[in-house]
Amino acid sequence: MPMHRKTLTELKAGLDAGDFSARELAEHFLARIDTLDPQLNSFISVTRDQALAQADAADQARAAGQAGLLNGLPIAHKDIFCTRGVRTSCGSRMLDNFISPYDATVVERMQAAGAVMLGKTNMDEFAMGSSNETSWYGPVKNPWDVARVPGGSSGGSAAAVAARLVPAATGTDTGGSIRQPAALTGITGLKPTYGRVSRWGMIAFASSLDQAGPMATSAADCALLLSAMSGHDPRDSTSVHQPVDDYSAALDQPLKGLRIGVPEEFFPATLDDRIASTTRAAMAELEKQGATLVSIRLPSVDLSVPAYYVIAPAEASSNLSRFDGVRYGYRCDDPQDLEDMYKRSRSEGFGAEVKRRILVGTYALSHGYYDAYYLRAQKVRRLISNDFARAFEQVDVIMGPTSPEQAFALGAKSDDPVTMYMADVFTIAVNLAGLPALSMPAGMIDGLPVGIQVIGNYFREGQILNVAHQFQQATDWHQQAPAFGEGA
Amino acid sequence: MALDPKALSGVAHLARLHLDPADTDALTERLNSILGMVDRLQEADVADVAPLAHPLDATQPLRDDTVSEADIREQVQPLAPATGDGCYLVPRVIE
Repeated sequence: MPMHRKTLTELKAGLDAGDFSARELAEHFLARIDTLDPQLNSFISVTRDQALAQADAADQARAAGQAGLLNGLPIAHKDIFCTRGVRTSCGSRMLDNFISPYDATVVERMQAAGAVMLGKTNMDEFAMGSSNETSWYGPVKNPWDVARVPGGSSGGSAAAVAARLVPAATGTDTGGSIRQPAALTGITGLKPTYGRVSRWGMIAFASSLDQAGPMATSAADCALLLSAMSGHDPRDSTSVHQPVDDYSAALDQPLKGLRIGVPEEFFPATLDDRIASTTRAAMAELEKQGATLVSIRLPSVDLSVPAYYVIAPAEASSNLSRFDGVRYGYRCDDPQDLEDMYKRSRSEGFGAEVKRRILVGTYALSHGYYDAYYLRAQKVRRLISNDFARAFEQVDVIMGPTSPEQAFALGAKSDDPVTMYMADVFTIAVNLAGLPALSMPAGMIDGLPVGIQVIGNYFREGQILNVAHQFQQATDWHQQAPAFGEGA
Repeated sequence: MALDPKALSGVAHLARLHLDPADTDALTERLNSILGMVDRLQEADVADVAPLAHPLDATQPLRDDTVSEADIREQVQPLAPATGDGCYLVPRVIE
C-alpha cells in the first residue's frame, strides 16, 4: 500500500518499525502536493524547507529514543493558526502580507509532539463560509468531483486530507466548519468541547463559539491528534482546567448498553430521503453492536441558525475591528485622512461575505436593536443549551446527519447567503451549546460521500471517538478515497 | 425590522467600512434577507430566560499583576505598513 493510503496510525507504526523515515514520508506527501494541488487549491502556503528540517529533526529524535506522540507524522494547519515565520493569511487579502511573529498553542503543541508541518491550508475568509469560495486565494475543489465545493470553512484541510495530500490536518469549527467539510469530502473531523483546545494564536471569528480540532481519515487518527492538541493553556482565558483523557485508549470499548438519542428535529420532512436512510443505516449498524436508539426532542434547535447569525456576526464585528491598517495587515494606498485609511483599508482588505457579517453584527449590537437581536439570540442560545442538557439525562450520544446535502456545485449558492447558511443547519446548535461532535463518512450517494454526526456530552470526546471507531471497525466508508490523484 | 440605504450607511460608518454607492442597493437587499431569516427569533418564548453569553459556566481567571510579556517591538514593528522612530505612522490627525 502506498504511504499516502495509510492512516496516521499506520504511518506512526511504519515509522516506529523503521519501514520509512520521516524525511521519506515528508518528501512523498510534498511531491503529491506539488503534482496534484494545482487542481484542488487546497494549500495557501507549502512550507517545504521547514518541513524537511522538521522531518530530519524527527528522525534524529527517534534515533535518540526521544520520539514524541506525533514524531515524524506529516500534517497541515488551517491558515487560521499563527505559524512563526510563515504567512498566516486567514484566507484574506487583509493578512496576505502577515508573517506571524509567534506560533499558536495548537501549532506549538503539535510541533513539540514531533509533527512535521507541510503547509497551511486554504479556507473561507476569516472562517466565514460553508463552501470555501470566500477565500482571497480562490475556491478549493472537492477531490470527489472538482466541479464541486469541499465545504467550509476548513475546506482546504478537508480536500487535502480526502485527496491524501496529507494524512491529517487541523481545522476550526465555529458553526460546523470542521464537520460539514469533513462530511462533504468523506473524512472524519472532530469539534471538541468549547475550551478543550486552546484558542491562543487562532485568529478569532466568534470567540464564544470558535474551537479547533483534528481532521483525518479515521476516528483513531483524530484521537491521536486530539491528545496532542488538547489541554489547559494559561494564555487562553477560556481554556479549561479539565484533565485530558487518553482518547486512543477509549477507542476499543464495546458499545453494548450505549444509548443513542435520535432527535426528530434532525430528520425534518424536507430532508433528502437518501441522506436520512444513510444516517438510519449507520445507527442500525451501531444497534447491531449493542447500542439502543432513543427518540428524543430538541425543540429549540430549529432556531439555532437565526440565533447563530446574530451571535457570530456580533462577535465577529468586534473581533475584526482590530484590522485597521495600523499595526499589521493591509493598508490602502494614499489615504486622505485617518478615517479614510480605516474605511478604505477595511473595505479593500475584506471580502464581500466578511463585510456582510460585520455589518449584520454591527447592526445587531447597535443602539435600539441590541435587545431585539443580540440579547434575544443569547436567550435562545440558553434554550438550545437546555434542550441538549435534558437530552443527555436520557442518552449518551446524539446522532443525525451532518449536512442536509452532499457537496454542491461551485457557484451554486454563492449569490444567496441565506441558502448558504442553511448548509450548517445540523451543526450550529452544537457550537451554541459548546458540545463536542464528530462527523464521519457513512455512505455514498451519486458517487459523493455522506457524513453523519455523533454529538457527545461536555468533555466526552473519548466517547464519541469510541462510537466512531467501533463503526469504522465494522464498515469501510472511511477507507474509500476519491479516484483523484490515484495515478500520481 | 429592515435596513434602508440610509440606515445602512450609518451602520457602515460604525463598522468603519466604505460602501460603494453602486453596490448599496444590492447589499441592502442581501442584508435584509439575512435579517428576515434572523427575525424568526421573535417566535421564541424567552420570558424569564437568562441570556447565555458563554457555553461553559466559567469565571474569568486572574493572574498576578506582574509584567509577563517581553518587549517584542523589533519583531512586530516590521509587520506594520508604516513606522518611524519606533512609532506606528498614520495620516495626520491634528493640523
